[in-house]
Amino acid sequence: MTLAARTVSAHPNEGFQLPLAGRPSDPDWLTVARCGAAAWVTANGFPSAKHEDWRYTRIDPALAIPFATDTDTGRRTATGTSSPDVSLRDLLGPGLGGIRLVVVDGHFAPELSDPDGLPRGIRIGSLQNALATTPQPLQPLWSWHPSGYPHALRALNDAQATGGALVDLPAEAVVETPIEIVLVTTPASAPHWSHPRVVVLAGARSRATVVETHLGAPGSPSVTNALTQVVVDDDAQVNHYVIQDEGLDSFHFSSLEARLGRSSRFSSRLLAVGGRIGRHEVHTVLQGENAQVELDGLFLTGSDQHHDSAILVDHGAPGCRSHQIYKGVIDGDGHGVFNGHIVVRPGAVGTDAHQTNKNLLLSDRAEVDTRPRLEIFADDVACTHGAAVGQLDPDALFYLRSRGVPHHEARALLVSGFVQEVLDCFAGGPIRQYAERLVTAHLEPNMSAGRRGAGGELDSDRARNSSVSRSQGGRAR
Amino acid sequence: MLLIDDLHASIGETEILSGLSLEVAAGEVHAIMGPNGSGKSTLAHVLAGRDPYQVTAGRVLYDGADLLAMNPEERAAAGVFLGFQHPVELPGVANRYFLRTALNALHRARGLDEVGPVEFLAIAEEKRRLVQMDRTLMDRSVNDGFSGGEKKRNEILQMLLFEPRLAILDETDSGLDIDALRVVADGVNSLRSPDTATILITHHQRLLEHLVPDRVHVLAGGRIVRSGGPELATELEVHGYAGFDARPSQGLPTAIGSGR
Repeated sequence: MTLAARTVSAHPNEGFQLPLAGRPSDPDWLTVARCGAAAWVTANGFPSAKHEDWRYTRIDPALAIPFATDTDTGRRTATGTSSPDVSLRDLLGPGLGGIRLVVVDGHFAPELSDPDGLPRGIRIGSLQNALATTPQPLQPLWSWHPSGYPHALRALNDAQATGGALVDLPAEAVVETPIEIVLVTTPASAPHWSHPRVVVLAGARSRATVVETHLGAPGSPSVTNALTQVVVDDDAQVNHYVIQDEGLDSFHFSSLEARLGRSSRFSSRLLAVGGRIGRHEVHTVLQGENAQVELDGLFLTGSDQHHDSAILVDHGAPGCRSHQIYKGVIDGDGHGVFNGHIVVRPGAVGTDAHQTNKNLLLSDRAEVDTRPRLEIFADDVACTHGAAVGQLDPDALFYLRSRGVPHHEARALLVSGFVQEVLDCFAGGPIRQYAERLVTAHLEPNMSAGRRGAGGELDSDRARNSSVSRSQGGRAR
Repeated sequence: MLLIDDLHASIGETEILSGLSLEVAAGEVHAIMGPNGSGKSTLAHVLAGRDPYQVTAGRVLYDGADLLAMNPEERAAAGVFLGFQHPVELPGVANRYFLRTALNALHRARGLDEVGPVEFLAIAEEKRRLVQMDRTLMDRSVNDGFSGGEKKRNEILQMLLFEPRLAILDETDSGLDIDALRVVADGVNSLRSPDTATILITHHQRLLEHLVPDRVHVLAGGRIVRSGGPELATELEVHGYAGFDARPSQGLPTAIGSGR
């Protein structure tokens, strides 16, 4: 990768200067890393439509949002934390009911968090505290891309992120309860950028589930530039979820980076319903033999919404397996994008890599661009990829209507059928119920008005359906 | 109950029904037979309100009301049921949930109370036993991966569940083994009452060995070319439809000329 190729546009704002971020307690290596990342942004600029991976997703509107320093917002949050405002608590809701870490505007909020109930030896909580007290294990996370950043937003998180959440599992640690991390933008605040960071370190043979929820209130065009880094050591297992339910005026950019050790297992499942412009990147490196990754995603993109999924699975070791199903439902004049890229490096023999992207367009104005790509530099591999774009089946609609199901309800039923394949990948219980509720709420305003309250019953029937289809081995895992 | 009067229907530029007339009274079972391409399935779809078919002339009265002015869900609410020749698969939609959603949609439209999940379980289980459908099919996606016979049992299950006044079964008997054929016949027989009527659209008279219709009609070239009692089906079994394609039938000399 050459730097010149990435130098595609300068910051559109006149006199742009990247504000300095950091804390007095930052170790030297971190200050150096921040300066390096800031310099990279200044030198390379932000991606534009000329940048191949950003052809369909504009970030200019987000760059118009004031670029307050992260420490400013952090200070504001820190000083106003004695009584978090009511609207913030409303926005947070009850959550999944277990261990919960809350990050507000990029900063860990201890007064809103409930980290109790973990086995001994497991460290979870504030990333800024960890950077101040025991920074050493975190240093490699700031040099994840030694040969240059993929784009400015990623570099920006290195430069600007001063806080967030940390989940640090020592070897052998097993956490059965999902660890919920809620990243929220203050509803009442003026539009601003935040750069939250989530770090999950899973020691050898450890096991945990981490659910990341991104929330925002409507009416605030704030920008979230989030980064999650997951290091899965040998034989460890991490199940990760991203639920993106940002306000409909907001901009949401998130990157997930995961490194998988030998015989480790990692899954990440995305449900994206919010944001005006949203982009979720996944960059998974399978660097130990026999590692397995499952990536699935569902984006529901309505009018005035744009969602981009950019997935890179990098097979760097023999005998690894990756499996992906991404589905998009695009309504109104919404725009969906899927960029799926699988690379099989030389020597990664016995790779088993599969990727599927299916999209459902619900209106004549809805658009989707899908680009699955495979690059194979090794022999003896099994790789497949495929993409499909379709509309609701008129025969299916007529079948339902001939049974008395009104048109709008028939549509909603078929859409819910389309998304089941992805939701079936979500673990049962609170996570699945939460996802189902969001999907129903998102589809209902347009399609099944007058049928509110059906969600609860829906859950039980679908849950039965999913357990049966799993036992039949519809998807081997 | 049903009055079809000089019905003409086309798909695109092609006329498929060319002046079809038929009257079905409450309490009756009618069989409509005919060669392939005679318009049997088109008739079924036009009666149920399928989109691409255009009615260019004629009228259909259902209990005195203009059936063709209703949309498909209104027809279903009014008691019209179409058993599909090729039941549609609905991936991701659990059969049990689909059945209850449809039943409750009909109940709402008919001003009846909705049926809760527990009550529904009992009702559906009774009907499932009647059609001898495997229990696991209730939890699978609608018709998804069902065998031909399972799909047809699911159609009859729906018919029993939705309690239509006019059931139109489009080749529901095609491709069925003898056991499944009996299920279809028993289903139709159990629905028989002074208030209900059934139209069986069939290519073969095999089903009629288990189910004696009140009237048998021969559809050819887009219109009814001959009507009679149950004995007409036997006659067709012996002589086939060749005669109806080759020459005008008695009393209806123009029938073939206007056909496809």
